[in-house]
Amino acid sequence: MATSSAAHPAKLAKRRFGGDEVAYCFTLLFAVSILVITVFLVWELWVHSSPARGKFGLGFLTSSLWNPVTDQFGALPFIYGTVITSALALLIAVPLGVGAAIYLSELAPPRLSNTLTFLVELLAAVPSVIFGLLAIFTLIPLMREYFEPALQSVFGSLPLFSGHIYGVGYLTAGVILAIMTFPFIISVSREALMAVPREQREAALALGATKWESTYDAVLPFARLGILGSVFLALARALGETMAVTMVIGNDPKIHASLFAPGYTIAAVIANEFTEASGDTYLSSLVELGLVLFALTMIINGLAQLLIVLTTKKGSAKA
Amino acid sequence: MKTFVVTGLAILPALLASSAMAADTINAAGATFPAPIYQKWFGEYKAAHPEVQINYQPIGSGGGIRQLIAGTVDFGASDMPMKDGQMGDMKVKPLHFPTVMGAVVLSYNIPNVTAILKLTPDVIAGIYLGNVKSWDDAKIKAANPGVNLPSKAIEVVHRSDGSGTSFCFTDYLSKISPEWKSKVGVNDSVQWPLGLGGKGSDGVEGLIKQTPYSIGYVELIYAVQNKMSFADVQNASGSFVTPSFKSVSEAAANSKEMPDDFRVSITNAPGKASYPISTFTWLLVPSHIADPARKKAITGFLGWMLTTGQKDAEGLSYAQLPKAVVTKVQKQIAQIQ
Amino acid sequence: MTMRKAVNNLMLALCGLCAFLTVSSLFLILGYLIYNGGKSVNLDFFTKLPLAPGEAGGGMANAILGSAEVVLLASIVGLPVGFFAGVYLAEFGSKTFSFVVRYTADLLNGIPSIVIGIFAWTVIVVPMHHFSALAGGLALSLMLIPITTRSTEQFLLEVPRSMREGALALGANKWRTIATVIVPAARKGIMTGMILGIARISGETAPLLFTSLNNQFWSTGLSEPTATLPVMIFTHAVAPYDDWHRQAWAAGLVLLALVLLANIAARMVISRGVSLPK
Repeated sequence: MATSSAAHPAKLAKRRFGGDEVAYCFTLLFAVSILVITVFLVWELWVHSSPARGKFGLGFLTSSLWNPVTDQFGALPFIYGTVITSALALLIAVPLGVGAAIYLSELAPPRLSNTLTFLVELLAAVPSVIFGLLAIFTLIPLMREYFEPALQSVFGSLPLFSGHIYGVGYLTAGVILAIMTFPFIISVSREALMAVPREQREAALALGATKWESTYDAVLPFARLGILGSVFLALARALGETMAVTMVIGNDPKIHASLFAPGYTIAAVIANEFTEASGDTYLSSLVELGLVLFALTMIINGLAQLLIVLTTKKGSAKA
Repeated sequence: MKTFVVTGLAILPALLASSAMAADTINAAGATFPAPIYQKWFGEYKAAHPEVQINYQPIGSGGGIRQLIAGTVDFGASDMPMKDGQMGDMKVKPLHFPTVMGAVVLSYNIPNVTAILKLTPDVIAGIYLGNVKSWDDAKIKAANPGVNLPSKAIEVVHRSDGSGTSFCFTDYLSKISPEWKSKVGVNDSVQWPLGLGGKGSDGVEGLIKQTPYSIGYVELIYAVQNKMSFADVQNASGSFVTPSFKSVSEAAANSKEMPDDFRVSITNAPGKASYPISTFTWLLVPSHIADPARKKAITGFLGWMLTTGQKDAEGLSYAQLPKAVVTKVQKQIAQIQ
Repeated sequence: MTMRKAVNNLMLALCGLCAFLTVSSLFLILGYLIYNGGKSVNLDFFTKLPLAPGEAGGGMANAILGSAEVVLLASIVGLPVGFFAGVYLAEFGSKTFSFVVRYTADLLNGIPSIVIGIFAWTVIVVPMHHFSALAGGLALSLMLIPITTRSTEQFLLEVPRSMREGALALGANKWRTIATVIVPAARKGIMTGMILGIARISGETAPLLFTSLNNQFWSTGLSEPTATLPVMIFTHAVAPYDDWHRQAWAAGLVLLALVLLANIAARMVISRGVSLPK
C-alpha cells in the first residue's frame, strides 16, 4: 500500500484535491446563489420603496387615501381587500375542503379516493389566468343574476349584504379564490387524516361510536395541526393571488362594508397600475405595497411550515 | 431526458434565426383611446415598409408617459398632454405630435332601451358624483320624454388605470361642474367618488357590455365596434350633439388657436355643432433619437401618418387633423434631431 | 341511538357532498373550457398573428412561440441552478447552512409572483431600458429555481443508502458516486419535478406583465417584448370584443391542455416509483 501511494503521488493528490472539492464548490455556488437572489430581492424592494416610506412612514399602513392627483397614498383599502377576500375564500374552502378530505380519507374506497385526489390535485395546476377567464364569463353573471340577489333578499338588512350588486366585488373574488385553494386544503388535510394511526379509529369504534363520532372525536383532533397547516398554506396562496382576483374585484381603491361592493387587493393594484405609475411617490408606494405583501406571505408561510413540521415530527396533537 | 434536451436545443437555433432575420422592433406604448387606429397604421406601415416593425402596446396614457420617461420605449402615446413638470425632468425633451381627434362618449347598457339618450352636463356630472343615482331620475327623464326609463340604479364605470380618456373626461367635468372641480379635479387618474374600474378603454367597454344598467366613458370606436348605445350630449350652446368625427372636427374648428407645442384642450368648445367631450391625441416622440435607422423609421412613419394615414381615420370614427394643423405638424418633424 | 345514527348519516352525507362539490368544480371548469375553447380553436389560431382591436380573425401564433421562448429561457437558467443546489442540499450540505438554504428556497417559492415581477422590472427592464423576453424568462426562472431545488433534493434523499455505500466501497469518490449512481437512480423523480415546475411557470401571468409586456408581431429577439399566451388571455378576456373572447377561450384551452398533460404525465411517471437498477 505504502509503495503504491509513494509511487503514484500525483494520482493520490489528484484524487484528494480534484473531483470532490470541485463538486462541493460547484454545487455550493448554486446553493449560495439562492440566498443571494432572495436577499437581493428583499433589498431591491426595500430600496425602491424608500421614497414612499420616507414620506408616509407607518401612516401608510393606516391611511385609506389613494389619490394620484395629490400624490397621497395609503395601503389600507388594499390590505382590507386582500384580507377580506382571503378570509372569504377560507370561510368557503375550509369546511368544504375538510369535509371532502374526511370523505376521501375515511369513507371512500381506496381506488376512488386515489383517483379523486389525483383529479383534485390537477386543479392545483390550473393557471390563475384561466380561473379568471372562467370567472368573467360564468361566475360573475351567476353572482349578479342569482346568487347575490338571493343573499340580499335574505340578509339584506345586514351591512355586509346591503348595497349595490355589480357582479364583480369582494364576494366573487372570495369565491374564485376558494375554488383555487380547494386542492391545497383537501390534499394536505387528507394526508394529515390518513397519518392518524388506525388504532385511534378502531378504539373509538370498539367503544360503540358511530363512524362520524369516531372521525370527529378520535381522528380529527389528531390531525388538527396538519389541517391547520393546510389552512395556512391556502391562506398564503390566496393572499398572493393576482390574475384571477384582478379580473373580478372591480378595481375600486376604497373600503366598503358590503361584500357585494367592488374593491382592490394589493396584488391587483400592482398589476393594474405599475406600468403607469408616474412619479417617484406613486411608484414607490406600489413597491411598498409589494413589500407589505411579501411580509404577510412570509409570516403565513412560516407558520404553515412550522405546523406541518410539528405534525410530522410529533406524530400529532394531544388527545 | 435526452429527448428533452434535444428538442430544447432544436428550438433554440430556430429562435435565434428568427431574431436575426426579422426587422428591428421599435417599441411604443400608451393610450388605449387611439389604439385601434394606431395598430392598424403600424400594421399597414409594416406591410409597406417591411423593415420597420413598430410594436404598440395600449397600456394607458399614464403608462405611455411613464415608460417614455423611464426610457423603456422609443416613443409614447397619450390623450393627455404632458405636464411641464413631467417634461422638465427629462434629459431629452419630448415633442407632441397630434395624430387624430376623437370623441369620448358615454356608452350605456340598459336592457330593453334602444333609444339614444340625451344627457345634459348636469346629469353626467351628477351620475359620476353619485348625486344622480337612478335611471328614472327626474333630470334624465326631463331630457328624454317618451323613453321608458327603468327605475334601476345606475352602475357607474370608470378607468382604473392612468388614462388620457379620463383626463379629457375630467377636464370636461371640471369645466361644467364646479362641484366636480373642487371635489375631484382633473388628471389621468383621480379619486373617483364611486363606480367600477376597468383597465383600458376596452376594459371599460367590456364591463359595460357585461353589466346591465351600466354607463361608462370610452372612445367612440369602442362603442361603435361593440354595437353599444352611446348618448347625445348637450354642448355649451345648448344643443344635443351626436358624437361623430364631424362634431369633433367642429369642436376643433371652434376652439382657440393651436399653440406651437400642440398641447391644447378642446373640451366644451363653443359652436352649435361641436361635440363637447372631444380631444386630440398625441404621439410623444423624443426630440433627439440617437440611432439613425430608428430616427429614419420614426420620422418616415410620422410623415406617412400625416398624409396617407389620415385617410383611415374616418372609417374608424376618428376625425382627421385640420389641414392647418397638418402643415404645422409636418414642420415639427424636422425638429427631431 | 337513532339520533346519533341520524347525525352520523347526515354528517357523512355532507362530507360526500363536499367531495362531490369540489371535484365537480374541476370537471365543470374543464368541461366549460373544452366546450368554448374547442369551438374557437382553428388552424388560424396557431398560424396567424393578432389583428387590430375590433377586426375579426387572426390568431395567436406569436404568443405560442413567445411562451415557448420565455419558458425555454427560464428552464435553461432555472433548471441547472435548482438541480445543483438540490444536489448540494442532499449530498454535501452542513446542518445549519442547509437549513438556511432550504428556508430561503421555501421563502422564494412563497413570494407572490407579482412581487417577482417587480423585482425583475427593477433589476432587468430598467437598466436595459427595454421590456424584453429576457426579463420575462429570468423572472420565471426565479420561480422555477426553488421548485426544482426542493424536488431534486427530495428525490436524491430517497435513493437508498445501500447504493451509495456500494459505490463508495467500490472505490468511487463522492462526485463520481453522485454523478454515475445516485442521480441516475433518482432521475425519474427529478425529471418529474422539473416537468411539474415548467408546467407551473408556463401558466404564470403576473411576472410577465411588466417584463415581456406584449407584442402584436413576432418577437424579434430576446431583448424585445414578446407576446405570451397567459398575457394574451388576460388582455383578450377583459376586452369587449366577442372575437377576442373567442380567442381567449382557444388560448385558455391550449394552455390548460399543455399544463394538464404535463402534470398527468409527470404524476404517472412518479407513481411507477423511483427507478432502481435490476
